[in-house]
Amino acid sequence: MLHTLAEPLLAVRGLTRRFGSLVAVSEVSLDLLAGECHAVIGPNGAGKSTLMGMIAGEIVPDAGTVLLGGEDIGRLSVAARARRGVGRTFQITELCSEFSVRQNVLLAVQTRFASPFHFLRRADRLSRLAAHVDAALVAAGLIDRAEHPAAILSHGEQRQLELAVVLACRPRVLLLDEPAAGLGLSETEELANRLAALKGRIAMLLVEHDMDTVFRLADRITVLAEGRVIASGSAEDIRADRAVREAYLGEMVDA
Amino acid sequence: MAEAAAPAPRVRPDGILALGGVCLLAVAPPVLEALQADYLLPTLTRMLAYGLAAAALDLVLGYGGLVSFGHSAFLGTGAYVAAALLHHANRGTPVVAWPFVVSGTSEALIILPAAAAVAGILAILIGAISLRTRGVHFIMITLAFAQMVYFLVLAVPEYGGTDGLMLPGPWRVGGFPVQSDAPRYWFAFVLVLLFMLVAQRAIQARYGLALRGARQNERRLLALGYPVFAIRLLAFTLSGACTGVAGALLADVAMFVSPDLLSWQRSGELIIMVVLGGQGTLIGPLIGAFVLLALEEELSAVTEHWMLVLGPILLLCVLLFRRGIWGMVSRAAYSG
Repeated sequence: MLHTLAEPLLAVRGLTRRFGSLVAVSEVSLDLLAGECHAVIGPNGAGKSTLMGMIAGEIVPDAGTVLLGGEDIGRLSVAARARRGVGRTFQITELCSEFSVRQNVLLAVQTRFASPFHFLRRADRLSRLAAHVDAALVAAGLIDRAEHPAAILSHGEQRQLELAVVLACRPRVLLLDEPAAGLGLSETEELANRLAALKGRIAMLLVEHDMDTVFRLADRITVLAEGRVIASGSAEDIRADRAVREAYLGEMVDA
Repeated sequence: MAEAAAPAPRVRPDGILALGGVCLLAVAPPVLEALQADYLLPTLTRMLAYGLAAAALDLVLGYGGLVSFGHSAFLGTGAYVAAALLHHANRGTPVVAWPFVVSGTSEALIILPAAAAVAGILAILIGAISLRTRGVHFIMITLAFAQMVYFLVLAVPEYGGTDGLMLPGPWRVGGFPVQSDAPRYWFAFVLVLLFMLVAQRAIQARYGLALRGARQNERRLLALGYPVFAIRLLAFTLSGACTGVAGALLADVAMFVSPDLLSWQRSGELIIMVVLGGQGTLIGPLIGAFVLLALEEELSAVTEHWMLVLGPILLLCVLLFRRGIWGMVSRAAYSG
């Protein structure tokens, strides 16, 4: 267990959330090391989205906390966590649909340069921002679509754009909530390539149903069922874990 | 909104049209005088003042996506601040005697910042509470605050209660008394122009991008780390302050203030001006103010049941021009 020696970049400690009598997430702990991809898998209703929501700050946990680089961020707002380096893509793409592709990226890039409280200079004419925006658009393969409203992009392009937007903030930790949802085979392949290229540079916490993508990207996997961690370990360990295979992976592959 | 239109050519047709409108407004006083219609000048000044208020509301409503149904509170506050300062200056009594003395003044260069400051502070207080709600709740809570201000002013006998308050005389600008209609008009014109230019820049600057982004997708903006509440509170505050200035201009042109300026009908009219002219366009609400006030003026001269006629006209406008008058114009300019 080499991983335990290193200080985790993101540490989830005992997160618990109840909705009425339902315990959606129960005392979940996991570590995310710098540069690694840690996948969280589990059947529908296992509590994956609730867990993501608590790490991002959208859902207030009943117990437990989250540490980012050793700092307790468990009581901070969504925006404050984002400013400390928590980037997030959503299960259903969240973009500014009337803005152009370029404006969406610009909105993200400008968060890296001081506060948004600048009033007199046109944001789209600031050359030091524009260079970063162009670079991000080229990297995302969206430079040809730069002036189109985000709303008219295809589903796959919107997913690409959302990832480009989040990456443009230079997050320390990337929370990916089912990034392959609704994508076709070739698009999923392309996405996996993009994410694979990020490995080693950005720590990723990946919630995903597509097992090919998970096993291709994940260094470690945590398996949730009914809100609890039923297994956690390296991708090979999880693949070999008989209980997980029988209880969950078989189901998923068939589904 | 034409936010994501193709790369704009250097000179856009709607820009030329807007510039033409500005020139027309700039030469209105001598032209009206030549036409022997200078009795219309105070009406035009009033339109400019309402246009300023509507454009200020547009910052919150059009760009921020927050339907404030309480902007009459800021309009009326600005008007009453101007009236109180002039009133006390005339009487030689202090406006506020405790904890510190604030004496009256008839200097517009003090009155207008004072109106902006008081309306702005009121907007911070109202906004800090209202902006925690969304949708219909936001509409109702801003309305409730405006009603509170309305009844508060009614309860101050010093300023005439329901009867309102006559202003003792016109204000001075930089020491020069503004005696006639033309300088008063030009003063309002310059203020509106200044507001338009600064606001136009601000909505295209980093701040404006964030404000408009928050209207489209608050969740995304928060996930990017934007302090959405602070961004909206600032827009609400600046909008309230500028609406306060518009109120002071209205007080000066009418030489009279009444609680009518604080009533919810005024808030409704401001919303109609914004929607009619085209929300999220800044220029549109100014046009909306001109059109609505002109319709009111003309129709009320024809029949006392003018509201019966105005209602369907407004309905038709909103149904036919979804993006408002200016929204349609600038769209036609793009495609044509």
